[in-house]
Amino acid sequence: MNGEQRDPQAGTVDGPGAARVPRPRTAGGTGLLQIRDLRVSYRDRGVPLPAVRGVDLTLAAGETLGLAGESGCGKSTLAGALLRLLPGNAEVSGEILLNGSDVLKMSWGRLRAVRWNEASIVFQGAMHALNPVRSIGRQIAEAIVLHAPKSSAATARKQVGELLEQVGVPAWRAESYPHELSGGQKQRVMIAMALACSPQLIIADEPTTALDVMVQAQVLTLLKQLVQERGVGLILISHDLSVLASTCDRVAVMYAGRIVEQGPGHRLFADAAHPYAQALAAAFPVIGDMASRRAPRGLPGDPPDPRELGGGCAFAPRCPVAVAECVEYDIRLRTVDTERSAACVHVGVPA
Amino acid sequence: MSVSLHPVLEARNLHVGFGGRGKGVPPVRAVDGVELSVDRGQIVALAGESGSGKTTLARTLLGLQRPNEGQVLHHGRPLDYSSRGLKALRRKVQLVLQDPTGALNPRRTVYEAVAEGLRIHKVPGNERELVAKALSQAGLRPAERFFQRYPHELSGGQRQRVVIAGALVLEPELIIADEPVASLDASVRGEILALLLSLRDELGLSVLVVTHDLGLAWNIADRLAVMYLGRIVEVGRTEQVLAAPKHPYTAALVSVLPEATGRTPVILSGESPDPSRIPAGCRFHPRCPALASGLAQRAGIADRCVGETLPVLPLHGPHAAACLLSGHIGDGIAGAAGGSPTGLLSA
Repeated sequence: MNGEQRDPQAGTVDGPGAARVPRPRTAGGTGLLQIRDLRVSYRDRGVPLPAVRGVDLTLAAGETLGLAGESGCGKSTLAGALLRLLPGNAEVSGEILLNGSDVLKMSWGRLRAVRWNEASIVFQGAMHALNPVRSIGRQIAEAIVLHAPKSSAATARKQVGELLEQVGVPAWRAESYPHELSGGQKQRVMIAMALACSPQLIIADEPTTALDVMVQAQVLTLLKQLVQERGVGLILISHDLSVLASTCDRVAVMYAGRIVEQGPGHRLFADAAHPYAQALAAAFPVIGDMASRRAPRGLPGDPPDPRELGGGCAFAPRCPVAVAECVEYDIRLRTVDTERSAACVHVGVPA
Repeated sequence: MSVSLHPVLEARNLHVGFGGRGKGVPPVRAVDGVELSVDRGQIVALAGESGSGKTTLARTLLGLQRPNEGQVLHHGRPLDYSSRGLKALRRKVQLVLQDPTGALNPRRTVYEAVAEGLRIHKVPGNERELVAKALSQAGLRPAERFFQRYPHELSGGQRQRVVIAGALVLEPELIIADEPVASLDASVRGEILALLLSLRDELGLSVLVVTHDLGLAWNIADRLAVMYLGRIVEVGRTEQVLAAPKHPYTAALVSVLPEATGRTPVILSGESPDPSRIPAGCRFHPRCPALASGLAQRAGIADRCVGETLPVLPLHGPHAAACLLSGHIGDGIAGAAGGSPTGLLSA
């Protein structure tokens, strides 16, 4: 068994699906974003606790990448690492190439320019991230003025109006305060803010969690539209695989700080190869599918404690199909087919 | 536990409003004519968007809010709003909230959290045994291992199980769960839903789940009521309502589910409108895709949609929707089967 050996073809999340996407604004054809062997650990009383344990990802302009997994799997840490927004006790290694230059090696001045201008984040629970005592127009304008100091107040105001219209909020709402807006409108304002400096990369961390289904559909449609019209690269983070499957070109499923499966969104939802991805897909029933009627499916057990990660597959203790090898070998991503890879011993091995 | 022929809990022509603050502010009609019942051993899902009045309805059923009009009946008897009456009701009807972290006191052990209800209601018997039984019913086994744990030592799913154990310890007839899995992880979600289902099967517990998640209804609910602006606009067996929705609002909700395949998503513009300004006629008409597309016009009922007040859906009976086009929506909007042809569309 070559469980410890990494298959060079399956190591990166750069399937043929990425190649067909045009890459208009990238430097040297390397893709908008390239993450190589990213590792993040949080130092807790001198002991490093691994949160991200070697992730490779690429994203082209105009492409949408979904990142799925449950709390504690490292998806938000990964998002924070992309713009170096992690707390001081985080230790980051690897490479994060944004338009070819490494975010991890940038000077603070350069990093400040990159944030908002090249990449921006829509945070989880964004509805509470707005300042309650400032009009939303002023909050959006702040980003514009800080990052393009030459723009006058009038141009900034005009831009704010345009941004709001673009996300489906009437321009006169710029005068409103956050409490006057509904949840969906606040989420749109956060997206407008993320768009303020025309970044090429947008990272949306659970942008529709806690929103109603209809509002969720509106926000997802808006994000899809922005990707199409502006050719931005979008990383969408969610624990809801059904949302990612319907929105993203490619989806990567994370477990215990690693990508355990990646492939085209719809295939991952309908026909996942990794047992964890299967469980995640089964958690959201397809309405009309009698197999899930009166039969909710969950996954017993809890994610592993980062202190107790051993040498074997991190999912093995919860895995319904684990075998002896799973405990022994560190299973890395393997090729499932031309479009997909999964980190499971059962992949590529005849049953 | 006495078995009565009446539903465990029933809402009859329920109206709940909140007075407008200040001059010229119209009162909010949060619940505006609702008939609903939960039978013994039944799981009913109440679905709707924020602002549809589903939480106000749940609070009124619990006696936390008094109706302006209509009644809440417990085994056929109107609620007794004296403090003794309400205390007695709360032993039988328990509430489980969305966020288990907020529902548990961080400085109290699991044992204390579960035993609190027993102490308040002065339940006789061995407290330790009762707490252990409730914890293991909620799936925390062996129960003794959890007694001295604090909420921060537990995972999200375990915390929600502690909250459910706190409700179960009083041996209630009905649990009203407001978005019980909305703040939980995907893998835990199924576990908690399976727990509710098994409590129904094993203990004959009734559950009213308030949710905006139609997948949850598909997973566990026997009946589904869809609420819009203070009214139930569609009710019936879950399979029927979700597979062949009769109301354009339900049809739109089903169509925008991310996993929906083969349906064209009907994305309604705007959000749930203001319950202080409920439109005349059918309350859904300003957002109704069937009216906007001319379907109602062709059926010759567009004027009635705008002008005619619809009756409240009856308490009992088959799959029904508060829509003049009811029966045609399946053909016209969702493309789903069902709905017997009548003269309206073929005319």
